[in-house]
Amino acid sequence: MAPPTSSATATSSGITLNVNGEKRTLPVDHRTTLLDALRERLDLTGTKKGCDQGQCGACTVLVDGRRTLSCLQLAVAADGREITTIEGVAEGDRLHPVQQAFLDLDGYQCGYCTPGQICSAIAVIEEHAAGWPSAATADVRPEAGPPPLDADEIRERMSGNLCRCGAYVAIVDAVARAADEVRAADGTTEGVAAKEAAA
Amino acid sequence: MREFGYQRAHDVSGAVALLGADPDARYLGGGTNLVDLMKTGVERPALLVDVTQLPLDGIEVTADGGLRVGATVTNSDLAAHPEVRRRYPALAQAVLAGASGQLRNMATVGGNLLQRTRCGYFTDTARPCNKRTPGSGCAAREGEHHNHAILGASDHCVATHPSDMAVALAAFDAVISYETGDGPGELALADFYLPVGDTPHRETALPPGALITHVTLPPAPVAAHSRYRKVRERASYAFAIGSVAAALDVRDGVVREVRLAFGAVASRPWRAHAAEQALTGGPATAAAFAAAADAELAAAEPLSDNGYKVPLVRNLTVAVLSELTEPTEEAAR
Repeated sequence: MAPPTSSATATSSGITLNVNGEKRTLPVDHRTTLLDALRERLDLTGTKKGCDQGQCGACTVLVDGRRTLSCLQLAVAADGREITTIEGVAEGDRLHPVQQAFLDLDGYQCGYCTPGQICSAIAVIEEHAAGWPSAATADVRPEAGPPPLDADEIRERMSGNLCRCGAYVAIVDAVARAADEVRAADGTTEGVAAKEAAA
Repeated sequence: MREFGYQRAHDVSGAVALLGADPDARYLGGGTNLVDLMKTGVERPALLVDVTQLPLDGIEVTADGGLRVGATVTNSDLAAHPEVRRRYPALAQAVLAGASGQLRNMATVGGNLLQRTRCGYFTDTARPCNKRTPGSGCAAREGEHHNHAILGASDHCVATHPSDMAVALAAFDAVISYETGDGPGELALADFYLPVGDTPHRETALPPGALITHVTLPPAPVAAHSRYRKVRERASYAFAIGSVAAALDVRDGVVREVRLAFGAVASRPWRAHAAEQALTGGPATAAAFAAAADAELAAAEPLSDNGYKVPLVRNLTVAVLSELTEPTEEAAR
């Protein structure tokens, strides 16, 4: 590979990514996607390549905390940003509540889409907690208040993650339960899954 | 993919200077459409100028009560913003109806306006397409075109514009501000997208090398009572086969003001002026809504496999305007 330079005509550059809390510096051909940089250069193969054209969500990672399709994100354009992959969501041996819920409720079959589903679900719970509406929200006006994170909201918010095994029913359950656990851990109000279980 | 240079711009004038008028250079926003097209060889830029770090990521209420939205605001941030949801709810709904959560986090307002058609012949470099390769012909007219245009198309191209956001912007008379090497300029959204004619490869009236910097929404009290509804072939995460953005002000059963725009029917968001004119000052009834939609759709020229869009958009118009006519909770109190 040609040495990285800052000239406009250079076709590669040196970049630094903060991946799962660790600074990783590497030269990249500008054509390299973040997905390929993670998998092929940094040996983080938990992030999966499904369609490689932004349609399936298998490659979902968090960039500066926001869920992103790493197959459409050029690695060079992610220079200096914080990346969280499936390898970085647990705290040591303690799984993230979303990971634990997927395990407990069988939110997968073959597992290929699961890392993307989990990264996406982690962000869905945060987006909902931040008051973001969705296309399933009947009234988007701020005065209407945040919608409950019910099954319709979860299905809509997770619609960018396809599961060819069709494990959607358990995925929706897992996201609902994880959302309740995250809320409980944050000391906020009782969630939808707990209410429905009690009903 | 062709090799390319990459530069991150830090100010608007620097971005414009980096791009110059080089037809082989492109601005890179979220990249959700451009990178995809680069992978398939439809786009082959020699240089990408990354504009995502420019200080154009703010949304502010203007002195006259409108909104000024920076071009690098992400679709997610636009749809989540309280003033967008309060003043132009149909705009928030339109953005939320598009793509997925991941894509909305990446995609920018400027890039959304400039995204390319999803016509399968445009994205297939092995097939003729006048938009991609001028003069090569249009494979869609006699081919697979069930989701192509019924209004404003030509013999040269029948592709639709895929944006949901732009449909709401059309209803609300958005103005696009841009910067060039020769100074700034602006275009009303109505003038932003060019008629198809025999130049489908020329999609916007932006000067060469121009960088979109802002989208301004003029104040529009009627917009606070607005709605966007999209019909698609899946429940979520699919492009529209027909959509309607509408705002309505009804007093004593009479239409005082109405805004109406259609999506997925033309090469650009379709502002339904004929329907608006037919409705204004008349009764707010389902029959009047249907007649107004018919007035707009009289100009429709469906192809062999997309005639369903005419009744679909007509019925969608009636449904959305009827919903907006129902007494609101505030009015009922």
